[in-house]
Amino acid sequence: MSEHKEQENYLTAGFSLKSWLLTYDHKRIAILYLISIVTMFFIGGIFAALMRVELMTPQSDVFEPDNYNKLFTMHGIVMVFFFIIPAVPGVLGNFLLPLMIGAKDVAFPKLNLLSWYVYMVGATFTLYTIVSGGVDTGWTFYTPYSTSASQTHVVPVVLGLFITGFSSILTGLNFMVTVHRMRAPGLTWFRLPLMVWSLYATSIIQILGTPVIAVTLMMAGLEKIFRIGLFDPALGGDPVLFQHLFWFYSHPAVYIMIVPGMGVINEVVTCFSRRGIFGYRAIAFANVGFVIFSFVVWGHHMVVAGQSVYSALIFSILSYLVGIFSAIKVFNWTATMYKGSISFETPMLYVLGFQGLFLIGGLTGLFLAALGFDVHVHDTYFVVAHFHYVMVGGLVMAFMAGIHFWWPKITGKMYPELIAKFSMILVFAGFNFTFFPQFILGYLGMPRRYASYSEEFQVLNILSTAGGSVLGLGFLLTVLYMVWSLYFGKKVNANPWKATGLEWEHASSPPITENFHEIPVVTEDPYNYANRDFIKDFPKEVEVGA
Amino acid sequence: MQINTVPLLPEQASTFALQVDLLTLYLVAVSAFFTVLIVGLLIFFSVKYRRRSDADRPPQTVANLLLEVTWIVIPLALSFVMFIWGATIFFKMSSPPKEAIDVYVTGKQWMWKIQHINGHREINELHVPVGKPVRLTMTSEDVLHSFYIPAFRIKADVIPGSYSKMWFQATKPGKYHLFCAEYCGTKHSGMIGSIIVMEQSDYDAWLTNSKDSSLAEAGQKLFKTLGCASCHNADSGVRGPNLEGIYGRQTQVRLQDGNTLTNVTADERYLRESLLNPNAKVTEGFAPNMPTYQGLVTEEQILQLISYMKTLTPVVSSNTGNTNKVVPPPVAAPAPVQTNQAPKVDAKTTENKSSGSQAKSEPAK
Repeated sequence: MSEHKEQENYLTAGFSLKSWLLTYDHKRIAILYLISIVTMFFIGGIFAALMRVELMTPQSDVFEPDNYNKLFTMHGIVMVFFFIIPAVPGVLGNFLLPLMIGAKDVAFPKLNLLSWYVYMVGATFTLYTIVSGGVDTGWTFYTPYSTSASQTHVVPVVLGLFITGFSSILTGLNFMVTVHRMRAPGLTWFRLPLMVWSLYATSIIQILGTPVIAVTLMMAGLEKIFRIGLFDPALGGDPVLFQHLFWFYSHPAVYIMIVPGMGVINEVVTCFSRRGIFGYRAIAFANVGFVIFSFVVWGHHMVVAGQSVYSALIFSILSYLVGIFSAIKVFNWTATMYKGSISFETPMLYVLGFQGLFLIGGLTGLFLAALGFDVHVHDTYFVVAHFHYVMVGGLVMAFMAGIHFWWPKITGKMYPELIAKFSMILVFAGFNFTFFPQFILGYLGMPRRYASYSEEFQVLNILSTAGGSVLGLGFLLTVLYMVWSLYFGKKVNANPWKATGLEWEHASSPPITENFHEIPVVTEDPYNYANRDFIKDFPKEVEVGA
Repeated sequence: MQINTVPLLPEQASTFALQVDLLTLYLVAVSAFFTVLIVGLLIFFSVKYRRRSDADRPPQTVANLLLEVTWIVIPLALSFVMFIWGATIFFKMSSPPKEAIDVYVTGKQWMWKIQHINGHREINELHVPVGKPVRLTMTSEDVLHSFYIPAFRIKADVIPGSYSKMWFQATKPGKYHLFCAEYCGTKHSGMIGSIIVMEQSDYDAWLTNSKDSSLAEAGQKLFKTLGCASCHNADSGVRGPNLEGIYGRQTQVRLQDGNTLTNVTADERYLRESLLNPNAKVTEGFAPNMPTYQGLVTEEQILQLISYMKTLTPVVSSNTGNTNKVVPPPVAAPAPVQTNQAPKVDAKTTENKSSGSQAKSEPAK
């Protein structure tokens, strides 16, 4: 494997601010995304923390109800549009996609930089609404409340999201072309790491779905400004039409959020089990299944919104069908560990955490797809718990697995293992204490988006708030030791995990600006751990250049 | 209702409650099985196949099609049961019995206004008898709301410009939470109330206590003051359709684009539209010359008018003469140009008056 002396890499290619802000290097753009999304994650997290403080008592006593309404709205908007959607594609996707397929960069490097700038412009609009007093419609912007009743800054935030959508579309377009045109010699579709399949599937959904939400939000903005009757019945519009359009994007968006995370799981579980993936094609085609079925289940968000009984039936059965693709993946990852050689560094712990939490998130999705059950818990904390188990328990755990796994590749430094494991336990335990009580709260009937609530719900809410503080501590600790490791972390060689994959076996840590000294030729299937000798084939864990 | 211990279920107080809880039990059982299975395997594999030496080299992964098919088919079968079970309950929730007691609900920021058929009105409280089906017809004056009774396991969104329906049969006297479940602004979490389930005798006493005139009577008064009768009566039958027996009648209507629709049922939704946007569907044989009442009647008054129209059955009708026949005039006389002015009754302030009045009177084709 290529073992070079201490040398130029993409991090040492330039130190000026300009060399970062005008870079076309996909790896540097990934770092720009990382800084942006972590910032947004902490802003969104502060909103969540403030909400949990308010919810410790039944009365609305810490904040005015209007301010509480703004908190949950801003929490949702920041987390969904500025953290979860770009997290894995923007950071890990940007960094890894060219490395994984043996390319020097993405197909359109300038477009890639533009995506980040577009994201930043959108984020600026949203930050402006926060500074100027917030918005209170809920992240769903349901009409006619958002267009006719709300007195808050709906227009700037809708404009911000409209702009941000283009960032998502451009990234998707770039990734698709890159996968089609820039694979290394010998890298056929069925030799691609499954992470690439995931990013590809996500890109299709982004390209097909995002224009719909952009147009929908624009329509809401037009109704708000010019009083054009689209959604408000007082102007001759149809409020339920908005929900159809909104969920036509926002349900597929759930897959934009979770599918890249699933991609990460494939890479990590195989490496730490030293096993080829079980059922490669089943997982690859499950991604295709997500692309198709995610577009035909939006009505399950609208069971009690007055759609016909027959539409509800169709959406219910289609929702069960889309669930099966997640089931396939969970079973396959579990089977991959069978007869493996399993070690338990932090990335693997996060994968195990992901398996447990995503399992609960997915199974409660089956609850909600049962119509008679959904009528009772729709718009309650049961739904809140469910999607946090999928989004945080699923995507955030996967993102944490990925960022720990590739941290040595990205920075050339190893994070501190012991404290990382401790943080993982904090995150896992804190998460469950925060969100499991909310399943019960929801079944008991506590509606979501309530600033004040009936007294019998208090015990569970206190538990949830307590869990939330542990969760927050876990995330905070992670940022601290990751930054610490940049300065004091142990230097690593090209492949500290003894992983397969072009980014590990053919690129240094950190990679050079052009990624590879020579373009690799691929002659084997991915995850070919059975054909590796773990003593001879991998460099010893020595410091590069020592 | 102070509960000190933390319960896992809300009270079961309607015929749906037990059905939903049993479905939940099945869902929990299936989930528990798979959670124990997967987590058990993860722990078992983690222990049994833990790395013992850095030289460990596991064998090549072997494909197993049978296993893969099994874990697709079994979960599919189990979830198909979930689908059927959930759909069955949903069908029941969507099919109110004919003999149900009608109650009309109007949501507005941030209160629930309720009208009983005898005219009794209440705010944020709904009194119902135990053991009798109750059907709610609901609309909103402003934004979306959702009428949610956890103890009954039901909810339905309340949508401005439309009627949504929901029904239940309470099984246990008591006082239960009523929540607004669809976010509706500042005091969303204050848009709450109580469902009070009473024994039949108590309910009868409570109901007869009312001094209000019945919904239909209120509707009849409105019918007169709004001047509806001048066009819609059995004798004239020239300018507007005879409304005797209108509710539930199948009619042929002409749309604004000139197409006709047959067998349109005159239900609540249709009647509401005919009042607010009269020219959207015009009964065949009549000129589109009715003015809009948008902004002149409140949602509650519309419900009163509809209640009145429901009483106009051909049999009970006190009117003389041609009861049953709906006689479209042979040739409708060219209608005089309307100025869209209807008598004002209790008008709310309206900025949106113009939007509903696209009534351009054209002679019938």
